[in-house]
Amino acid sequence: MARSIENKSFHAVPGVDFPHFCAQCEDYPCVKACPVEALSIANKTGAVIVDAEKCIACGKCINACPGRIPHMHPNGKFILICDLCAGEPQCVKVCREGEWNVLKRVSRGNRSYGLYARTPEEITRDLALKMYGEKAEEFL
Amino acid sequence: MILGYAGKFLEVNLSTEKIKEVTLRDEVLKDYVGGRGLATKILWDRLGKKWEKIEPLGPVNILLFLTGPLTGYFPGGRICVSGKSPQSSGVVGSTVGGEFGIELRCAGYDGIIVTGEAKKPVYLFVKDSDIEIRDAKHVWGKDAKQTVRILTKECRKILKKRFPIYGEWKEPAILYIGPAGENIVRTAVVAAKWAHAAGYGGYGAVMGSKKLKAIAVKGTGPLPPVANLKRVERLIKVVNDNAYEAELWRRWGTGAAGYEVGAKTSSEPVRNWQDEWHDEKSFGVDQFENRVWIKQFWSDFGCPTCCLKVAMVKDGKFKGAITDNPDYEMQAYLGPNLGIFTPEENVFIAALIDDLGLCGIQTGNVMGFAAELFQRGILTKKDLDGIELKWGDAEAFAALARKIAFRKGIGDLLAEGTYRSALKIGKMKNLDVLQYAVQSKGISIGAHGIRSGKDYPGIISYACSVQGGDHTSTAGLPLDGGGSELMEIFNDSGVYCNFNSFGIPRNVRFDFYNATTGLKLTRKEWVSTKALKVLQLQRAMLLFGGPDQKWNPKIHDSNPPRFYDPLPSGPYKGKTADEGRVEKYKKRYYKAVGWDKNGIPRSEILRKLGLEDVDRALEKIR
Ligand code: SF4
Ligand code: SF4
Ligand code: SF4
Ligand code: SF4
Repeated sequence: MARSIENKSFHAVPGVDFPHFCAQCEDYPCVKACPVEALSIANKTGAVIVDAEKCIACGKCINACPGRIPHMHPNGKFILICDLCAGEPQCVKVCREGEWNVLKRVSRGNRSYGLYARTPEEITRDLALKMYGEKAEEFL
Repeated sequence: MILGYAGKFLEVNLSTEKIKEVTLRDEVLKDYVGGRGLATKILWDRLGKKWEKIEPLGPVNILLFLTGPLTGYFPGGRICVSGKSPQSSGVVGSTVGGEFGIELRCAGYDGIIVTGEAKKPVYLFVKDSDIEIRDAKHVWGKDAKQTVRILTKECRKILKKRFPIYGEWKEPAILYIGPAGENIVRTAVVAAKWAHAAGYGGYGAVMGSKKLKAIAVKGTGPLPPVANLKRVERLIKVVNDNAYEAELWRRWGTGAAGYEVGAKTSSEPVRNWQDEWHDEKSFGVDQFENRVWIKQFWSDFGCPTCCLKVAMVKDGKFKGAITDNPDYEMQAYLGPNLGIFTPEENVFIAALIDDLGLCGIQTGNVMGFAAELFQRGILTKKDLDGIELKWGDAEAFAALARKIAFRKGIGDLLAEGTYRSALKIGKMKNLDVLQYAVQSKGISIGAHGIRSGKDYPGIISYACSVQGGDHTSTAGLPLDGGGSELMEIFNDSGVYCNFNSFGIPRNVRFDFYNATTGLKLTRKEWVSTKALKVLQLQRAMLLFGGPDQKWNPKIHDSNPPRFYDPLPSGPYKGKTADEGRVEKYKKRYYKAVGWDKNGIPRSEILRKLGLEDVDRALEKIR
């Protein structure tokens, strides 16, 4: 696959960058919202699996997701959601290779993961306020 | 069509608001690659005949934003901005980091050619093949941070509305000008992401003269297909692995040099180059890290180096000033060069310069020049509209920077850049002040001096460069060596970040080109034909110059007079550039690149390179 810049890391405010990926909510509102059962939950990882053949690109899962995390493939034919690479997350691998050591694998705990499903605006706001303090208001 | 290219360019005429797609012949792309090389060719073909008469800040000038076949593949993409330079009156290939080049190629274009001049402020919004010229009244006059904020929000909103089920749109890549560009200041930059800038060349002023506030681009497509993806992937890994090893830059960016270059190699501008040495440990990198860093890694898309860091003044008078941690050039020119030696004041000035859309190097240079004239009593407090321009007074320099950006009072004069304002002040005061101007052919010298002989530029690096004082494009021998302008032309034409190319095996960049395009280019061929062609074209247009300045190699292929004063202090005290050696080296260089004793490209070399038309045009100045 050729490289595309449409990876989902945002930096709507310069310096404030973060990835925007599926948090695997325990109630999976996206799965429930899909009218054609194109979404399922992987046994091993709990990731949301997209059946690209079934998906009719209606966008309902985007609106159901509290973080508006699913996004349409640029060809407009099916949805994309992080599938945790079947338990071998490649993003973590390259992050370690480059020695940034920002990403790591954790086992699923007893937390409410839905809390992490947030829109880019919400995440930007929090991060920018943390980094820039009240100044951040000017950039948001 | 050659692989690795999107295959088409966008041409936008701002006068008529016509937008069209243009293609270039494969031979042209093969010969000139992209970025700086291609810019030189396009400008020569379109404006060459009447070059001397073209006003860089008028509607006839062409403003180019060009990528190259390696943009987006070679880690760390950039975009090359070019046109007739309002600084050198020649062509400068000025690159800027960020995602713009990659987004543009993902949108299906290798570059944007802007002609004409808008009647009122506009910005260009490119979403794949949907292109719009939009009103920019609401961002005109806004500083960098506000411009980025407003346009990012606005473009994301438009996209959301037009494509309701796409999901969340990542922010578009934006190139913009600040107030300085709008006010046609010759040291204005084309900027990205608050703190990235294409500085050399003065293309912010060209953009301002065209009333083009910004270009925002969003591309959803993949990058253009390459000839051998497996090989490209392997080469990406080679470049990445090399960058991972370069601990210094990953950890500190070039900011590590603020103290190192100042104290150890003794080649940092101090008080307008009156010295090149300081022992100010407050400018050590640890001081910056401990006092102003709020984030260690901030990077451009797909870059393994992450040279950027976010800096913020945490308390005191300048609390709240935020920018990318000053890199070495910003540390030097907005620090010691102004007599400033605290990280907080340095960050404050750097943030202001970024907000105003000024070039830190060249504005730092012209402000240092003015401060020296003040020190010598040539410019008085009255001349400076009441500003007491004392070394080290950050607030005084900030006030002056604002005046420059808005062309107010003395700022109007200094907005012409160091060389042109030196000529004007010289006339005004009836004195030779050019001796204090540290520049070459209208372009300020980068913050790497040549007197100690310990830094990378050599004694003819600036004097013979086709981009004047540009420290990223320095002339030197051997022609295929690391210090040769011809190799730098490759980086600027493939258009990627040269930070990621330091230390990679010699041929990796050519392997990269070959794997991307499917063509075969060797280092030897590059140096002896293609790059040399670009060099001759750039040289020819530089020498034609005009309309306000013309360069005579006999006078202007020279170092600033300051470089012949002995260094007054430090470990290399007394050292200076030797005029005799400079002349000798210059002769050897002229010979190597095929220039006659007057510095004009010879007929033989031009004919050999297939540049007969350049040869004929040069007749008039031979
Ligand atoms: S876009 Fe596809 S996956 Fe999402 S709800 Fe519609 S059909 Fe289901
Ligand atoms: S984060 Fe969004 S996509 Fe992921 S499980 Fe929750 S609702 Fe679904
Ligand atoms: S786990 Fe895999 S699919 Fe998910 S973000 Fe990482 S690389 Fe992408
Ligand atoms: S090294 Fe720095 S400037 Fe170059 S691409 Fe990486 S982050 Fe950008």
